[in-house]
Amino acid sequence: MAQPKLAERQRTSKVDYEKVESSPQFKQFMQNKRKFIVPLTIFFLVFYFLLPISTSYGTFLNTPVFGDITWAWVFAVAQFVMTWVICTIYVKKASSFDEEAEAIIQEHIEKGGKA
Amino acid sequence: MDPIVIILFLAIVLLTLVITYFAAKRTKSAGDFYTAGGGLTGWQNGLAIAGDYLSAASFLGIAGAIALNGFDGFFYSIGFLIAYLVVLLLVAEPLRNLGKYTLADMINSRFDARKVRGVAALSTITIVLFYMIAQLVGAGALIQLLFDIPYWIAVLIVGVMMTIYVLFGGMIATSWVQITKAVLLMAGMVIISFIVLMKFNFNISAMFTEVKTATSHGADYLNPGIKYDDPLGTISLMLALVLGTAGLPHILMRFFTVKDAKTARSSVITATWTIGIFYILTLFLGFGAAIYVGESEILAANPGGNMAAPLLAEAIGGNILFAFISAVAFATILAVVAGLVLSGASAFAHDIYGQIIKKGNITEKQQVVAARYAALGVSVLSILLSLGAQYLNVAFLVSLAFCIAASANLPVILYTVYWKRFNTSGAIWSVVAGLGSALILVSMSPSVFSPEEGAALFVGNPIFPLDNPALVSVPLGFLGGYLGTVFSKEYDFKRYAEVKVRANTGYRE
Repeated sequence: MAQPKLAERQRTSKVDYEKVESSPQFKQFMQNKRKFIVPLTIFFLVFYFLLPISTSYGTFLNTPVFGDITWAWVFAVAQFVMTWVICTIYVKKASSFDEEAEAIIQEHIEKGGKA
Repeated sequence: MDPIVIILFLAIVLLTLVITYFAAKRTKSAGDFYTAGGGLTGWQNGLAIAGDYLSAASFLGIAGAIALNGFDGFFYSIGFLIAYLVVLLLVAEPLRNLGKYTLADMINSRFDARKVRGVAALSTITIVLFYMIAQLVGAGALIQLLFDIPYWIAVLIVGVMMTIYVLFGGMIATSWVQITKAVLLMAGMVIISFIVLMKFNFNISAMFTEVKTATSHGADYLNPGIKYDDPLGTISLMLALVLGTAGLPHILMRFFTVKDAKTARSSVITATWTIGIFYILTLFLGFGAAIYVGESEILAANPGGNMAAPLLAEAIGGNILFAFISAVAFATILAVVAGLVLSGASAFAHDIYGQIIKKGNITEKQQVVAARYAALGVSVLSILLSLGAQYLNVAFLVSLAFCIAASANLPVILYTVYWKRFNTSGAIWSVVAGLGSALILVSMSPSVFSPEEGAALFVGNPIFPLDNPALVSVPLGFLGGYLGTVFSKEYDFKRYAEVKVRANTGYRE
């Protein structure tokens, strides 16, 4: 469903956001989002900082894997692969978030959320 | 100067002017001027984000850094790329859902406080000015080398061009110049990388083996630690890169040029793929330059290594490829400074003039006029500053811009969206602490003070040991926001409920 544009909507129709925010559906939505985004964020930050930390405090990544290509390079390229993988996972997941958000707007704001 | 260089150079100028002409006809409202009316599609905006990001510093700087420093040069590529995950997962969607034209708009969706808007605009303007001077001085030096013209003429050419784009075409022109340049730049990168790889029969391992003997670093070239041998310094730099991107005003502004959070998200995806491929290719450019141009020749052309990519193009593709890459580098510089002018102008005209001085009582037409004056003002100011900064070592300005973005902008963005108790005083203190500590620490750092004559701005011993103080200033930005909040009794859970619902669902009244 297309959202009404700003100009079409009268500012007089105040939405009771506190009621929406405290609804079980919205709380569940926030929890779903948190459960997905927090671990993913921690993961990519750890994965990222492991590279400079391990190259700064050790030389074990300097061992060759294939010819003259060392683990440091493999790890570096793995950062790119990780970025693309997380992007793809996020897009998949985000479309289900969009549906949840749309349902909340329908259920609590368009119908019953107005004070 | 080679006639092919001149023809390609003029072709690029002409193309961007045609774009500006058509954009100017479509620019009628303030929304058109600041955000292209929010009318860009996901992939268009994605390419424009990539264009904003792949500045001359990325294109020429990283290729040179890899050619000269091997693995350590690649650190930049990784930091710049991973930064997009911060943007995608934490910043892009709430920003699009809450804001209108600027970062201050987004923060003010929660506070309605002129002081908050003021400090947010101040940090935007500071970042834009520093970043712009660094880009313009670099651009001047580069164009001087490429086209063999005096520095001041080079700066004036870039300055006048960027002013024309923004003044007449606003965000529509800036975006399309950015998109055009991103496509040209990617084409150039792919062509060079393909030729380099072809020379090794597409055997990447053979290229690694060859590069081991190509430079004075020998086998160490392939190992980390040639340039960044200080662990804390390296980690601090990586922190500034990964968090700073998510706070750069001209990047943030790109999330207002699409119609909703969904499109914002899809544009980040396009940008991440484009930028990722680009940064992987910097490896072939860097190695290629080390092998086919050689360290001493790269250094002789420019001590910072900025000429590595154009020189490589000349070595493997002759005059035509050299001319093409030079023209692309020129387009890159123009597009990025235009984006910067626009984000600076929006902070001046929309935040300071429109919302603080005029308190929002300003007509659509007045807004556009104010925005044009502000764009002109920002352009003239930065051209003048850059003309005066020719002999200054401006490398520290870039690290400063990233550092302020990471320390002053990111904490307040995250707190606004995710912290219930956050309040006006917290917002002000978070920006002030981040901005202040970044400014103070950089001014005491080795990039401003060096015992060696000419290596930095002043001769002397640095008081603060890190070139890039993000490791200290980012926590201070967060701490400032925390303390400012808890020491003030003010809170507004009702307003936060609104912000939370709107940021997460994209609902707009």
